[in-house]
Parts: sequence; structure tokens; C-alpha cells
Amino acid sequence: MEEFVIPKPPRTNYLNAEYGLKSWLLTKDHKRIGLLYLGAVSFYFFIGSLYAMMIRLELLTPQGDLMQSSTYNKTFTQHGIVMVFFFLIPAIPATLGNFLIPMMIGAKDLAFPRINLLSWYIYMIGGVITIYALLAGGVDTGWTFYVPYSTTFSNSYVIATGVGIFINGFSSILTGLNFIVTVHTMRAPGMTWYRLPLFVWSHYATSLIMILGTPVVAITILLVALERLAHIGIFDPAAGGDPVLFQHLFWFYSHPAVYIMVLPAMGVVSELIANFSRKNIFGYKFVAYSSLAIAVLGFLVWGHHLFVASQSVYAGMIFSFLSFAVAIPSAIKTFNWTATLYKGSISYDTPMLYALGFIGLFTIGGMTGLFLASLGTDIHVSDTYFIVAHFHYIMVGGTLLAYLGGLHYWWPKISGRMYPEGWARFSALVVFVGFNLTFAPQFLLGYMGMPRRYHTYPVELPSWQVLHVLSTAGASILGFGLMIPLIYLAWSLRYGRIAAANPWNLPGLEWQTASPPPTENFLTTPIVTHEAYEFAPPEHKEVVGKFEKQAPAET
Amino acid sequence: MSAHIVQPRTYIVIFLALMVGTALTVMAAFYDFPGPLNVVVALTIACIKATLVVLYFMHVRYSGRLVWLVIVAALLWLAILFAITFSDYWTRHWLAPLGI
Amino acid sequence: MAEGIVTTHEHAAHHAALQHHFENMEQQREAGTLGMWVFLVTEIMFFGGMFLAYTLYRFQYPVAFATASNHLDIKLGAINTGVLIVSSFTMAMAVYTTQVGKRRASIWCLILRMILGAAFLGIKAVEYYEKYRDHLIPGHLIPGNPFNPDIHALHLPVGVRLGNVELFYWIYFAMTGMHALHMIIGLGIMTWLTINAWRGKYSPEYFAPVEVSGLYWHFVDIIWIFLFPLLYLLGRHLEGHIG
Repeated sequence: MEEFVIPKPPRTNYLNAEYGLKSWLLTKDHKRIGLLYLGAVSFYFFIGSLYAMMIRLELLTPQGDLMQSSTYNKTFTQHGIVMVFFFLIPAIPATLGNFLIPMMIGAKDLAFPRINLLSWYIYMIGGVITIYALLAGGVDTGWTFYVPYSTTFSNSYVIATGVGIFINGFSSILTGLNFIVTVHTMRAPGMTWYRLPLFVWSHYATSLIMILGTPVVAITILLVALERLAHIGIFDPAAGGDPVLFQHLFWFYSHPAVYIMVLPAMGVVSELIANFSRKNIFGYKFVAYSSLAIAVLGFLVWGHHLFVASQSVYAGMIFSFLSFAVAIPSAIKTFNWTATLYKGSISYDTPMLYALGFIGLFTIGGMTGLFLASLGTDIHVSDTYFIVAHFHYIMVGGTLLAYLGGLHYWWPKISGRMYPEGWARFSALVVFVGFNLTFAPQFLLGYMGMPRRYHTYPVELPSWQVLHVLSTAGASILGFGLMIPLIYLAWSLRYGRIAAANPWNLPGLEWQTASPPPTENFLTTPIVTHEAYEFAPPEHKEVVGKFEKQAPAET
Repeated sequence: MSAHIVQPRTYIVIFLALMVGTALTVMAAFYDFPGPLNVVVALTIACIKATLVVLYFMHVRYSGRLVWLVIVAALLWLAILFAITFSDYWTRHWLAPLGI
Repeated sequence: MAEGIVTTHEHAAHHAALQHHFENMEQQREAGTLGMWVFLVTEIMFFGGMFLAYTLYRFQYPVAFATASNHLDIKLGAINTGVLIVSSFTMAMAVYTTQVGKRRASIWCLILRMILGAAFLGIKAVEYYEKYRDHLIPGHLIPGNPFNPDIHALHLPVGVRLGNVELFYWIYFAMTGMHALHMIIGLGIMTWLTINAWRGKYSPEYFAPVEVSGLYWHFVDIIWIFLFPLLYLLGRHLEGHIG
């Protein structure tokens, strides 16, 4: 199947090519930058989890006994800000995307390596400023910064946090810019668009969103900060301004932002499903185009966050219809993944377990989104725990699981070591159980009326406390399950089994070079002559009607 | 090099057109056109000036399809932002007689 | 466009400015140009948010906006428009002279461009000072000098709220301030470009940085092409018969 012999792994790879702090902090190698991001996002995930733990501890009891409401406001705000802007948005693109995209297209690096490094520094600077704001006293406006509370009435560090997020946005923009230019101009000979791995397609679509959406939230945050400074502004009713305009501008980005969080995860899942069923993805072009469709349609639905915000009902109807429409490409992907599994040669390695978990949990999260797209039901569950459960099913059950799956799948490529499979499967199971126990009760709580962002609930409703206790128990299990990979992945760096260049025996371009790869990725520029996910040699393909049928490959 | 070299003469012509456009737009601003036409005239002149800058100073006239696609995408997204936000503001009062 | 399809070749002698992850100068130039265009898309969306706010409020408060706009200095605004157009012309000429190898001429074009850019900022500073003097800076942005204009000097018609006039000035400062910030950044880029040009770094084989910086500068010019009529000219036809 391969046209060229895989060269013996050179002793020099990107990890040991140069030593010393400067070689890492001034690196232009996209792989090292990916690892810099890996460390940083893991740190922010940890901080965000601490806030989550405090939230869950407070909600164990109906009374507000752990902290005052003002502290609780800061806790959930900071949980949201850290998790959304400093973990979920950069996690997969900036770690796995940075590491893999050049390799998957056969290039030596991204188009702009120095801008890549700059985007990491910008991310760190934005993060440090935000951490400063959190430590100095925190911010209590909710991660959504709604005016006029954030501009006029909040006594917290809104401007500092806003500045941190504003700066961080540039990191996102530069990463997206880099990916778009790279995919357009640096593909190896023979790597046509329709031979690209779906991971690349989904990151390309993600980059489109980053480019088109992030600037709008940037200017919005800037305007909020200026309003706070000037004590008047365009969102101020005293001057004739409209607070709802803030919501329009904010959600114009922040809804597509959730697709920034989930599209890369879908790209990872496409890779995992196809590769661990040893079968070509079913409907490659449909999956590729649905990534683009999600990116485009995702920009047309932001008003569903304003259904109860005095937005015009007619606009609401338009947004409701479009919100139903945006579910379709996601559904197409889910059907295609399932069809890929059918009659595949499935191996239940840890990455596959995470991918399967993604499909189930993302489906639940996505389908509950339909309740929210529907105007009537949205009014009932708006600002309740139903919403909280909905987005956590997608962001944790979806993105986090895909991130972990991808991390495990490409771990041998990144580190040259295998992780311990037994522990990995165990922790995947613990994460799955813990996650569902945490968030499934929240659907019920929300439906029954428990508002979000409240630190107390009625003592007279014992069923609510039962559900909250279950949720907190689940969160503890989830936390425990997430700490195990931290330990064994670190352990594997030193003691893990040394991985071969292509330990899973897969056809992807990134597996046709050493693990870990040399700094320039490939010793000679690859020339691509086969399709993505080509498991069976061409002579095993029969054309049945219009469709190609692959005979199952020998393992 | 496949880059097209634009001649100075073209630049001079475009430059003069832009200055004329500026003078026109200032003059038109003082003339009271019926209805909302003042805005239409001003924006039309501005769009023509911008188009000249994009096509000739920014070499888009001589660039490949990808650059065109990028520009069209940006304008389309701006249009999305405007159009759908307006769909809220312009229809808010439709239900006002009903007291909603 | 030879999009992404490059041929492998032996490590032949290559241009000093070729970065090693690129196969040849053509690919590097294409990537740089596309990168700048993608960045300009982000700038369009960035300013777009403010244009949206302007449009919405202008429709809501047409008379207040016209009144406020008429108090802006149209002469200075028009001169600035002309200055920017000339500077765009010199920028385009800088690209041309670099492409044909006229190093001296290109340096003069770049220097001229910088002078014009600085002139724009100088005129803007004069305008801002006038607003400061007339107490037209919104809210308490300048501590000690709150928004407190002379209503008679404004020719404020009866029934028009001063708050809506303040809203106009908020938008005016936000948009022109952001534009000026981009010009300052542009000046910084041009300084770097001029120094490099003087050192002889650019040539007919390697002019991409000049071209790409030019794209940024032309874009800043385009923003002003829209700002000028929308901010300065919107109420001129009503001057004298409003209020």
C-alpha cells in the first residue's frame, strides 16, 4: 500500500533536537508550540475545575452555607470564563490542530511559524491578565457580561477580565488565520482537498468561524470596557442606547464559538471512528461539507439566546427555524459515523471508547438543543439547569471526551511512548459514569424549575437536593476519573512502552513518519496518491452502482 | 514571478478618480436630495471609491479567485450581521398595538 | 493559481529571504498575501460591529445625529480624506517601484507615505482637541471634563435629547479612535518597512512585505472612505433648517 519505505526513526526528533528553555520558548516548530499549548490549557482546565468543584459543593445543600451569593456569582462567572475562553476554545485546535495539521497535509510546518508562537504568547498574556483579575477580586457578571450590570452596576474587575479575554481573542484569530493559509497553500503534491483527513476539514471550518466571529466579540468587550470607564455609552439607556444590542453583538460570536469548541472535536471523532473501525468513513464528502455547513449556519442562529430578552418575536421565529436547521449537518455526521461503524473491524481501544462516548453524549446534548430551539419550550427552561445540562453534555460529554480520545490516539506520535491501555480504559469508563451522573440530574432539575446561577434552592423540595447530591457525587467521580490520565500520561513519558512509528498500523500521513517525528516532519516531501482512510488496497474495491464498497481489510 | 505589475498610469487615474469622488461626495452632502437619497448617494460614492481601491491599489483585479472569495465572504458576513440584527429592530414594534 | 501544488527539488541555492518551511518564493508570497487578506477579514468584522451600532442609532435618532454631525469640522475631515488618498497612492507607487527595482524611489514613496500618515494623525489631534475644548467628549472619559457642550453652539433643536447627541459623539470617538489606532500601527509597520528598504532588503524578486503592508494600509484608507461621509456629512443638507 505504501509507495515508500518508512525510514528508521532517526535518533533526532523534534523533542531532542534542541535542549533548554530558550529552545522551547523561542521555538518555531508547530509541534513544540502544540505542547506549549498542551501545558497551558491543562493548567487552565485545572483552575476551571476548581471553580466547578466549589459550585458543586455549595449546591449540596439548599442553603447558601458555603459562600455568599456575591462569591458564588464570581465562582460561576470565573468557571465559565476560564473554561470557555482558556480551555474549550483553544484545547483541540491549538494542541492537536497545531501538532497534526502540517503532518496531515505533508508540510514541514504551518504557513506562519512565528505567528504561531506569537499566538501562544498572546494566549499566555491574556491568561495572566485574567488570572490577575481573578485573584485581585474576581468578576461576577456571568461569563456573558450582560449590560447594564457589567458596564454600570458591577463592582468587580470587569475591565481587567475584559482586557484579558480581548487579548486572548487575538490568539484565536492568529491560529485560525494560520490554519486557513496553511491548508490553502501548503498541501503536499497529490494532497487534493478531497484527500484531506476530516480532521483537517473540521479545523478549516473552525478557523473560518474564528476569523469571522472573534473580532465582533473583541469590539463588544472593548465597548463594554470603555463604557465602564466613561460612565456612558452605546448600551446605556440614559443616552438612548440599547442593552439588547450588546446581546446581539456578544452572541453573534459566542454562538459560533460553541461550534469552535465542537467542530475540532468532531474532526477528532471522525478520525477515531474511521481508524478504529479500519474502514473508510461513510460519506466522506457529506461529512466534509457538513463541517462547512455547521460553520456557516452557526452564524445565523445567535438570536436563540435572546428569545426571552425582548427581542422581536418575528426575529425569534426566524432564529428558531434556523436553529432547527443547524442541527441537520450535525445529525448527518452522527449518522455517517454510525454507518462507518457498521461492518467495521472495531477495536475497543481507549480512543475508540472516547469516540463512542462522544457520539452518545453529543447526541443527547444536541437533541436537547432542539427543545431550546423551539420557542415555547425555551421559555420554560430558559435560564434553568436544563440549559446548563444541555451545554455541558456537548462541551464535556462532547469536546472533552474527544480531546481525551485524540490525546490518547496521537500520544505515541507526540511522545514516542504508549500509554497503559488498562488504566486508560478504566479511567475512560470512570469519566463516562461520572459525567453522566453529574449532568443527567441537571436536566431534571432544570425542567422542574431550578434556575441557573443560583446558590440556594428551596428546602421544601427534597427531590431537588437528591438530584444535586447525585450531581455532586458524579462531579467527584468525574474529577477522579480525569486525574488518572494526568498521572499515567506523565508516567508514560518516562516508563511507557516505546512506540513504533505506526503503532496502530494506519494509513494516515501522520503515521508514515517516525514517532516522535523529526523537526521537519518528513525526511522527504511525501507524494500522496491514495484517498484518506484507505484501508483496503485499490484492487479490493468493487464499485457497486455508484458507490464503492471496500472489502474489510485484513488486520 | 506571476505577480502582475500595475503601471503607474493606472494608479494615477485611480487616484484622480478618488479625489473627484471625494469632492463629489462633499458637494452632494450640501444638496438636499428628496427623501433618504442623501444617504444613498453618499454610500454609493463611498462604495465606488472603496471598490477602486480594492481592485487597483490592492491588486484584486489581477488576483486569483481565492482572494475574491475571501472578500465576498467578508462582505457576506457583514451583511448577515446587519440583516439579522435589523430583523429584530425593525419588527419590534409590529406587535406594539397588541400591547405585547 | 498554483494553489499548494509544489514540486520537490534538491536543496538548490535559494533566495536569502526564503523561509525553510516553504518550497519556493512564489509559495511564500502567496501564503503571505492570503494571510494578510484573511487578517483584513477580521478587521472588517471588527469595524463592522461599530458600523452596526452607528446604523441602528442613526435610524433611531436622525435629528440628534445630524445636529451632532454638523458640529464636526468638515474642512479638516475632507482634508484628511484627501491626505489618506494621496498616501494610498504613494503606497501603491512604493510597491511598483520595488517591483521594478527602483530602490531610491521606493524609499521616497514610503517616507512620503509616512509623512502623510503623520499629517492625518496631526489633523485628527487638532479635531480631538477642539472637541475637548468644547466639552464634547462623552461621559467622564476625560476626568474633570465631562460631556457638557454649549447647547446654543450646537444648534440643538427643541425636543432633541442631549443624551442622543452624546451617543453620536461616543460612536464618533470610538470609530475614529479605533481608526487612528490602526493608523498608528500602520506607521509602525511602515517605519520598519522603510528601514528594511533602505537596507536594500527588497527587490523585484522579494517585494511581498511591501505589497502585504500596502494591503493593510489601503484597508485603513477604505475604512476612512466610509467613516467620512457617515460621520461628517450625514446632516449637512439639513444645516440651517433643523431646529
